[in-house]
Amino acid sequence: MSEPARMLPQGKAGWALLAAIAVVLALLPPYVPSYYVGLITLAMIGAMLALSLHLLVGGVGLVSLGHGAFYGLAAYVVFLMSPEGSPKPIWLTLPAAMLVSGTVAFVVGGLSLRTKGFFFLMVTLAFGQMIFFVFHDTKLGGGTDGAYLAKPIISAFGATLDPRSFPRSQRGFPAYYVALVQLILTYLALAWLLRSMFGRVLEGIRVNEHRMEAMGFSVMRYKLAAFTLAGAFAGAAGHMWALHSGFVNPELVSWHKSAEALLMILIGGIGSLAGAVLGAFAFTALGEIAQQVTERKLLAEGVVILVAVLLLRNGLMGIRLGRGKTKGPGGGHG
Amino acid sequence: MRWGDLVLLSRAPCGADCGSMILAGLLSQLLNGLQYGLLLFLISSGLTLIFGVLGVINLAHGSMFMIGAYIAFLVAKSLGSLWFALPVAILAGVALGALLERVLFRHFYNREHLDQVLLTFALILIFEEMRSIIVGNDFHSVPVPAALDFSVPITNGFSYAAYRFAVIAACLVLAGALFWWIERTKTGAIIRAAAEKPEVVDILGIDARTVHMTVFAVGTALAVTAGALAAPLTSVYPNMGDSMLIISFVVVVIGGLGSVSGAFWSALLIGMIDTLGKAYGQLFVGSAFGNTLAALAAMSVYILMVAVLLFRPRGLFGGRA
Repeated sequence: MSEPARMLPQGKAGWALLAAIAVVLALLPPYVPSYYVGLITLAMIGAMLALSLHLLVGGVGLVSLGHGAFYGLAAYVVFLMSPEGSPKPIWLTLPAAMLVSGTVAFVVGGLSLRTKGFFFLMVTLAFGQMIFFVFHDTKLGGGTDGAYLAKPIISAFGATLDPRSFPRSQRGFPAYYVALVQLILTYLALAWLLRSMFGRVLEGIRVNEHRMEAMGFSVMRYKLAAFTLAGAFAGAAGHMWALHSGFVNPELVSWHKSAEALLMILIGGIGSLAGAVLGAFAFTALGEIAQQVTERKLLAEGVVILVAVLLLRNGLMGIRLGRGKTKGPGGGHG
Repeated sequence: MRWGDLVLLSRAPCGADCGSMILAGLLSQLLNGLQYGLLLFLISSGLTLIFGVLGVINLAHGSMFMIGAYIAFLVAKSLGSLWFALPVAILAGVALGALLERVLFRHFYNREHLDQVLLTFALILIFEEMRSIIVGNDFHSVPVPAALDFSVPITNGFSYAAYRFAVIAACLVLAGALFWWIERTKTGAIIRAAAEKPEVVDILGIDARTVHMTVFAVGTALAVTAGALAAPLTSVYPNMGDSMLIISFVVVVIGGLGSVSGAFWSALLIGMIDTLGKAYGQLFVGSAFGNTLAALAAMSVYILMVAVLLFRPRGLFGGRA
């Protein structure tokens, strides 16, 4: 079993390293081609999604295949609130997106957490797909082809940051910095959450659910709270996607998104928050390299996943830390 | 997903025949539902068997359906007839299943869910890309065999495609064979034992590896065969396995995980509800809250699943799990 400390940066050195990475990311944009600014923004959005899912997988040991739905749902909330031509401010769209995703996660979690193991996987998958069909089969969100939306206006306390006032090569900067700030806040929030009493209880549930139940903790409530929070955080990531790309399509909601997020966590190493971020960056880089080397991006992705699952039992973090074997979440047969 | 060319009930004005037209429409929808449900059974029985005996979740099961459909397409194109597709699909399914079990799945029985999910997700990506490399990304229709390319008249002015009857018959034969195999043969007894008490199989000195490989091969072959049978009805197109995977999960959840007979009744129920919901849900369009009602009708199987989870979390027909 992984001790809670592994979930968080290792002492002062770990935090210092993370801070250094954040500073590098903050200073980077003027020195790299604008294409890479967009790519890193995408990686940071992926990292937010992976972090939110990590609360479930690493925190409670729940493997959900419906997590991508909350991500995509939030992007569609932005689309519905801020359709093409009438942008709304971010301080309105972000809370709304998180609220809707969190609320739907609360309902879905309330139902699907009644099940365990394989049932849970299947049920979250089916719920995610239900949400997918809403956007895929109805006119609500532009149907199969998706739709453009007005990127929310980045404004706070009366000050507004308009990307169009920047030179063309720097138009991606505002979204980049919003994503960076949001990623840091997400990371800190989750680190704090996992270190709090709440996080310790989740850890206890992951290790031995029955013991926690016997100790008088309402396991269901804690799981539901984690599921809801994870949904809301996924919503924040989905909102960021809409803000960055200005586009929604049903693919955002599909269960492939959930599988990708799981993959990021696996690549990075299940046991740590930093692993989720590392995994998201590695996954984005992998997709980019595959795209440039071969036209068969998905094939390359599939093969890499296969190799990762077969060989990389503890993820990239496992290699770096050189720790012994760690049992991941899940366990026994259903 | 639209299941084939659903004979939608139109609200066009009809004369004295109105009643019989509605009846004929209903009858054809019921037959469509039966045929869809039986195909669903072939897919979900494999899924539930593989889970029940091997304890492994196979997200790539939908890809097997896709592979079967493309086998039918390729066989029909190169040999000019669909008749060979069925034996080819069955053999290819058995071979593919045995190979996958031997090379990959065998090493994943005791791994975490996350690893199984990602392994099978990787397989989906790989199979889809293979499909894209070999056949491309276009829609292709698959011709119905000439001998079955006619309609069976049932009542005045109503007839039903012979190929759909053939699919219903083929599915029933396969389902019967499966039940006979599981309930009446020695191998079947071992498989049932392996699903309930794996350690007993070891104690009796039976090679569990052979049992595992057999189950995986049969389960895969069932899905591949279902794909081959469905190809002329649905055409073949990219990611066609995805929607079948999800609906099969719903079938398995409602039927009770690991129960083949549960999967049978549940598949028929889902086939009926889904077909009728999608066909008659369209009637609501235009009335007040019409679109909402139509959407709800289209999602009726998922709503049923939620209800089952709330009141019978072990499945409606759940025997053993």
